[in-house]
Amino acid sequence: MFGFVVNRLLATIPVMVMVTIFVFLLLRLAPGDPAAVLAGDNGSPQQIIEIREGLGLNQPVLVQFGTWILGVVRGDFGKSYFFKKQVSELILLRVEPTIALAITTLIITILVAIPIGVIAAYKHGTWIDRIIMALSVGGFSIPAFVLGYLLIYLFAMKLDLFPVQGYKPLAEGFWPFLHQLILPSLTISAIYIALIARITRTSILEVLGEDYIRTAYAKGLTPNNVLFKHALRNAAVPIVTVIGIGVALLIGGVIVTESIYNIPGIGRLIVDAVLGRDYPTIQAIIILSSFFYVIVNLLIDLTYSLLDPRIRY
Amino acid sequence: MNWRCIFPKTLARIIVAAVIALSLCFCMQSKAYATITLRAVMHSDLKIIDPIWTTAYMSSYYGYMVYDTLFAMDSKNTVHPQMVQDYEVSDDKLTYTFTLREGLKWHDGASVTSDDCIASIKRWGSKDSMGQKLMEFIDKFNVINSKTFAIKLKEPYGLVLASLAKPTANVPFIMPKRVADIPASEQITDYTGSGPFVFAFDEWKPGDVTVFKKFKDYVPRIEPADWGSGGKVVNVDRVEWLSIKDHQTAVNALIEGEVDYIESPPTELLPLFEREDNITTRTLDQLGNQFILRLNWLHPPFNNVKARRAVLAAIDQISFLQATIGNPKYYKECPAIFSCGSALATDKGTEILMKSDIKLANKLLAESGYDGRPIVLMHSTDVDILNNLGPVVADKLRSAGFNVDLQSMDWQTIVARRAKRDKPADGGWNIFMTALATADIMNPIVSVGLNASCDKAWFGWPCDARVERLRDQFARATSLEAQKSIATELQVRAMEIVTHAHGGQYYRPSSWRNDKLSDVIGGPFPIFWNLTKAK
Repeated sequence: MFGFVVNRLLATIPVMVMVTIFVFLLLRLAPGDPAAVLAGDNGSPQQIIEIREGLGLNQPVLVQFGTWILGVVRGDFGKSYFFKKQVSELILLRVEPTIALAITTLIITILVAIPIGVIAAYKHGTWIDRIIMALSVGGFSIPAFVLGYLLIYLFAMKLDLFPVQGYKPLAEGFWPFLHQLILPSLTISAIYIALIARITRTSILEVLGEDYIRTAYAKGLTPNNVLFKHALRNAAVPIVTVIGIGVALLIGGVIVTESIYNIPGIGRLIVDAVLGRDYPTIQAIIILSSFFYVIVNLLIDLTYSLLDPRIRY
Repeated sequence: MNWRCIFPKTLARIIVAAVIALSLCFCMQSKAYATITLRAVMHSDLKIIDPIWTTAYMSSYYGYMVYDTLFAMDSKNTVHPQMVQDYEVSDDKLTYTFTLREGLKWHDGASVTSDDCIASIKRWGSKDSMGQKLMEFIDKFNVINSKTFAIKLKEPYGLVLASLAKPTANVPFIMPKRVADIPASEQITDYTGSGPFVFAFDEWKPGDVTVFKKFKDYVPRIEPADWGSGGKVVNVDRVEWLSIKDHQTAVNALIEGEVDYIESPPTELLPLFEREDNITTRTLDQLGNQFILRLNWLHPPFNNVKARRAVLAAIDQISFLQATIGNPKYYKECPAIFSCGSALATDKGTEILMKSDIKLANKLLAESGYDGRPIVLMHSTDVDILNNLGPVVADKLRSAGFNVDLQSMDWQTIVARRAKRDKPADGGWNIFMTALATADIMNPIVSVGLNASCDKAWFGWPCDARVERLRDQFARATSLEAQKSIATELQVRAMEIVTHAHGGQYYRPSSWRNDKLSDVIGGPFPIFWNLTKAK
């Protein structure tokens, strides 16, 4: 197991190197000039040249890459062109909302998706199954920006149960924190609930046909025991895989929801950085996101061995 | 089948525990803040906190919160002393002597001095176009004492006070000498000002919220507030500028009372406010903005004046305004290149612009020898006010006979690409559209579009000795009559050679909760003094 983890971690190094080179070059090839953005609408051509020199953007790309990569190796992602703050500081400011959103989304998803997936499988072919599957198709099909506005209209503007927008850190109290996150989490959860409920249903259906399930019933176990102790555990590997991928996607994939609910998370930071051509910020977020993906995938692999004793590394 | 069999006990316990926890949390809702906080949604987030280093409007708005100015303009375009108590102009109009008001303090408690003012004027004068012009005329600065200083000119200059009262980017804000001594090519990192608000740097979350706190030692003037002039009396403890990117979310937040003020809600969402009794929508910036259509003089076909005139003949303002603003309440056709409502406004020479005449455009284009090459029209898709402009301009130009290559891109790509002098086929361009605050085009010195100094001119690089000569004459004119006469001549010339086309004047109203805010005053920038917020 230890060797497996070390090997996997070592394998991330070439991946990260490729990502850094790719991201750096991609940004330099993309249209746009941070100096022109910084100069403002009335900035003169001369001012743009001065700003470009000040940022070192007039240097050869290789020199720029060398300067940047040396900083990254030392853990210094540089300063934002715009805010004159360390990029790491900007990212830290934005991590909490995104992580909080991801966790609440995950909790809602697991609490809802797995039970309804199990129920759909258990009631396979009945109207209950059909309703659950129809709802899951709806969950897949409704874009976040539509569902988000609908939830805001109903629960925030008509029923006054939740705020329209904003984020409150956990330090301001658990309820204010949670109160702000419920609607955005529900918005993102819809698609994950749909996905995981369907995967759960399919996996459970496969397992329910196995001999050991019949044996379990023959031994007189209750449906509760059969479903959750025998069937669900054996069906868990594909479910965990989808949940894991979902977690990784959540971190970078909440841009629309963060915009609709005005949550100052990583998603909005990267959009702002891309629109402003803030190269150091974009580079740092992409590198850290890539690293996060690699780690999440590693954790998923390790979870397999916990769920299925036959899997050993 | 019994449903209790399907749900495991553990899951049921988790759900019950969660419900109990949530119920408890309802009882622990946070208490109301004791301080009066005004929450405003601005048109963009604050990125750069050096209002001299950049011309970004948000940085100027920030500057008005944190800094003060020696002079300021009121709503009648009259210049008033602001930090200055008294000033004198010598009979030969070569020496301006300024005495600062008593009680002016920096946020760190030190007093504002003459040295601070001189250093600030120098820094601004090295960056801003109007400041640079002023500096050309300044012979030297004299410090008379810590509160009094003088500017000695080489020759009389008619825009000394107007320059020091310039209302929009770059505004001549006064900074401490230690800050102003930093070259204007470097961004400052010391945010000490002497304005009515203190910038709370530690609470600044870029892209999310910018916080200002009331400066308790600020001594306002006794005159009523009017734009940047008069008494800046602060009646709130704290102002938060929120960056809400999604317009619909900002509008919903105002309707629900989660925010107090939106600087410029998009016009298409304004009808949502009309049925809300608690929301007032009003145009606070009575100067408004003007669309600008800029042609690139460096490359065919617009290196030929007839092709440029063909563009003027083809377009008209009303098409632009209807496509972008829609509601006539918020726009007007304006023939004046220095904006309607300004002291220099005239309609001379702009007849060709005000009505689309496709036949004339066809004729002019044919005379220009246009060979049918594609003209690259850069169209911004992510700035709501510009989004509809590109297709309208393209349609008009196609009718005139131009082969238009309408290229859609985000605004930041346009600002980068417009600086390129390459041929359009090699990544350059022929036409771009933008919008400028009217305060930025109110006279020939400040208007970037009128600068025709070839390589030193704004993007598009128009080149005309006569325009430059007239701009110089304007700077030297010391009476309003003389300035008007020169400005009229300049407008006629600018239309003859087509430095740019102005596409009509429009206004962005602001909206606020009238059950919370009162005494909101207008200006060419959002004003957060004078107003009060109900507790």
